[in-house]
Amino acid sequence: MSISVNNISKHFGAFTALDNISLDIPEGELVALLGPSGCGKTTLLRIIAGLEQADQGDVFLKGDKVTDQPVKNRQIGFVFQHYALFRHMTVFENVAFGLRVKPRRERLGEAIIRKKVHDLLSLVQLDWLHDRYPDQLSGGQRQRIALARALAVEPSVLLLDEPFGALDASVRKDLRQWLRNLHHDLNVTSIFVTHDQEEAMEVASQVVVLNHGRIEQQGSPSDIYDHPANAFVSRFIGQTNVFDLDEQDNDWLQTAGLSTAHQKGKIVHVRPHDIVIEKSSANSDAFVTLKDWQHLGSLIRVELVKNGSAASVYAEMPNDQFKRLHLNKGDKVDLRIRHAHWFH
Amino acid sequence: MNAISATSFLASKKLTLSDPDWVRYALIIATLGVIGLFLVLPLLTVLIEAFAKGWSAYSASLTHPDALAAMRLTLLVAVVTVPLTTVFGVSAAWAIARFDFRGKSLLITLIDLPFSVSPVIAGLIYVLIFGAQGWLGPWVSEHDIKILFAVPGIILATLFVTFPFVARELIPLMQEIGHEEEEAALSLGASGWQTFFKVTMPNVKWGLLNGVLLCNARAMGEFGAVSVVSGHIRGLTNTLPLHIEVSYNEYDFVGSFAGASILAALAVVTLVFKTVLEWKQNQDKRLKAKG
Amino acid sequence: MAQSNIMPGFRPAISFTLVYLVLIVLIPLSAMLLKTFQLSLDEYWAILTNPRVQASFRISFGAALIAAVVAGVFGFIIAWSLVRYSFPGKRVFDALIDLPFALPTAVAGIVLATIYEPRGWIGKLVMDSTGIQIAYKPLGITFALIFIGLPFVVRTIEPVLQEFDTAMEEAAASLGATRLQTFIKVILPNILPATITGIALAFARGVGEYGSVIFIAGNMPYISEIVPLLIITKLEQYDYAGATAIGLTMLILSFLLLLLINGLQWWVRRRSGQL
Repeated sequence: MSISVNNISKHFGAFTALDNISLDIPEGELVALLGPSGCGKTTLLRIIAGLEQADQGDVFLKGDKVTDQPVKNRQIGFVFQHYALFRHMTVFENVAFGLRVKPRRERLGEAIIRKKVHDLLSLVQLDWLHDRYPDQLSGGQRQRIALARALAVEPSVLLLDEPFGALDASVRKDLRQWLRNLHHDLNVTSIFVTHDQEEAMEVASQVVVLNHGRIEQQGSPSDIYDHPANAFVSRFIGQTNVFDLDEQDNDWLQTAGLSTAHQKGKIVHVRPHDIVIEKSSANSDAFVTLKDWQHLGSLIRVELVKNGSAASVYAEMPNDQFKRLHLNKGDKVDLRIRHAHWFH
Repeated sequence: MNAISATSFLASKKLTLSDPDWVRYALIIATLGVIGLFLVLPLLTVLIEAFAKGWSAYSASLTHPDALAAMRLTLLVAVVTVPLTTVFGVSAAWAIARFDFRGKSLLITLIDLPFSVSPVIAGLIYVLIFGAQGWLGPWVSEHDIKILFAVPGIILATLFVTFPFVARELIPLMQEIGHEEEEAALSLGASGWQTFFKVTMPNVKWGLLNGVLLCNARAMGEFGAVSVVSGHIRGLTNTLPLHIEVSYNEYDFVGSFAGASILAALAVVTLVFKTVLEWKQNQDKRLKAKG
Repeated sequence: MAQSNIMPGFRPAISFTLVYLVLIVLIPLSAMLLKTFQLSLDEYWAILTNPRVQASFRISFGAALIAAVVAGVFGFIIAWSLVRYSFPGKRVFDALIDLPFALPTAVAGIVLATIYEPRGWIGKLVMDSTGIQIAYKPLGITFALIFIGLPFVVRTIEPVLQEFDTAMEEAAASLGATRLQTFIKVILPNILPATITGIALAFARGVGEYGSVIFIAGNMPYISEIVPLLIITKLEQYDYAGATAIGLTMLILSFLLLLLINGLQWWVRRRSGQL
């Protein structure tokens, strides 16, 4: 295992940030710590880095127990949410910092440092900015310099705190892909913290979902999406329709083809793309009416209402499929549920 | 139990930011030592020296006609100069923080100018104008107007040294607040004065009070400039600080420190108010940020 | 003049501001300039090269410089402790920092003289243990100016230290820097400009300071006579020309200092790409 944490707990006064967390991350993975704000994900990252001390539990990096090691001895690269670039240093000096503060006997020669820094700057495609100051850079450029600076010390693991959090939406999209490719090339075990499930699913090879200081689920993006461990994960990842069997959704779901005979729980989650709709025949006693629809690019999201209910049900289908149905607002529709998740 | 409480705790418990214990203790002790030696001890000394010969000597010194006259004059100077400086500060801040015009940065520099002029020079310049050999010296003596070595001179010198106090406090504050709220009021049909009193004033009141407070402390406590123009005439042109000097130089230490105790009390009250006002100002800012 | 703006009151506000500025500040200051112009250059030069005048400039500027640097060191420590550490009574001590701003200089003067004179509490202690006399010597002037300069340094450093992005320190540590390396390479370069500005402000104030100094100075010509006192002495002898020449010289030096401070701040901001 490249990174292991065992039974980590952390309290801030009466607030429990982390509640007995254990986590193993194999070599070479790109892991997202995902959760709503206040779930403890940044605290966990900072404890792994050694920027924060856990109340109990241990941290292992490459098999070595580092719980009592200060951050400077842990050989980690940390990229801060707001980059924390040294304002009084040029881009070059920022990246060279980690090499220059090494003890004298480990320190590289000036020529080697220069070459190394320029190589790193080329890696992040910003060598042409080497003599600028951080205040003269755009957000995306600062982000990449911060990454180059963290990589300069050849960290055994790379930790990134909300790496895209402070960027514009368009820059964020580009950087996500770039980070994924960079990780592919470097193959450094990396953890990044995010509250954006889309970002986690797109970038990470492994996703760890946290809530209220506990791990809700750990797995590959498709694992997590297709087999959510509980209602929280199901709702947090992607979109879902929630039905409560205690509230008379029972009959209705049966007509939609969902067997409620041997219930596996009281709550049913259905992804919008797992709902298939068809136009009802004229004299149908269908329950459901088409209220409205929205274009989501290649998909159409259809908003449906059950008779006698204010709550909407959402279904999604490809554009052309929707066109073939020739539906108008107010049409009655039949629907079929292909797949559902049951929770207690 | 939310994100805010978690992050605020984070701020106080960052592991790498803690200095070694010995560094921390050494710096705190040095801090307390310097503050104690240079700030606390002087305050205590004023009290100890003032009461060195007991309460009766203290009260006798303060009720001496010369002391009473000095206090009256000091109050008079403050009552005249503080409002003038305040009106100037408000109008300068309005012009500078609400409008763009050529020479604005020069104007700001000129307003700050009296801060960098030695108080003795602040007195000297009025001597050069109203003194016997000065520009207006012959004219004022012909018309039997007394300015130098009289109350008007003291007031002029005090106006000079307190000149930037209110403006300097208000200009950055009003620039920071911006003029959107005032424009909103004007667009809703408020008059200029209504906008000023109902929108501008409530926003800057703590900062303004702070400036007025510091201005008052300086007006009552000014020594160098007043010393040059006053002439040190007992019972007539001695302000409280000058009274302290005269008493001290005549070895009347109780009298001197009794006067000093009044001014020191004023300084402490000023500091307390200043702390409260800054706290209020921050609170307002936080409320605004939340709302 | 004013840009198109719906805000009312520009004319009255700017008019009053300018009239008041001209009456209270500009006319009186120009009186000094004109008075100096009545002197020939030789006369002016003779006044300035007078040994007593030169000694007073040396004393005023020397004591103010030493005091400002000492206040700079003390001020840095105090600002650091107040911002970074918590200890009992911190808020009270923080408020007390402004005492030299609020305490009339005459009060400060007599109090400092009383404490540091050879029979005073600390003066006696220092005299007995080291044989050094503080009051009535140039050292006394320096002590008074440290008192005056302290809040300038603390209040200039404090906000910069408060706004300092502590993540920079964490970044340095994560890159392997020791605490000392972090302090020297990351914290100090970011706080130094404010410290130097504070020192310069304390120096500028110290050069012109009068009230808090004269009681403790001893006021011996050539030894402990400061420039502002010499100006007053000249005035009392009706030597207006001498007083004005010295005053103007001091004024010009203060302006140069002010310019230097502004230039320094500009240079620092520019160097780190903030302009």
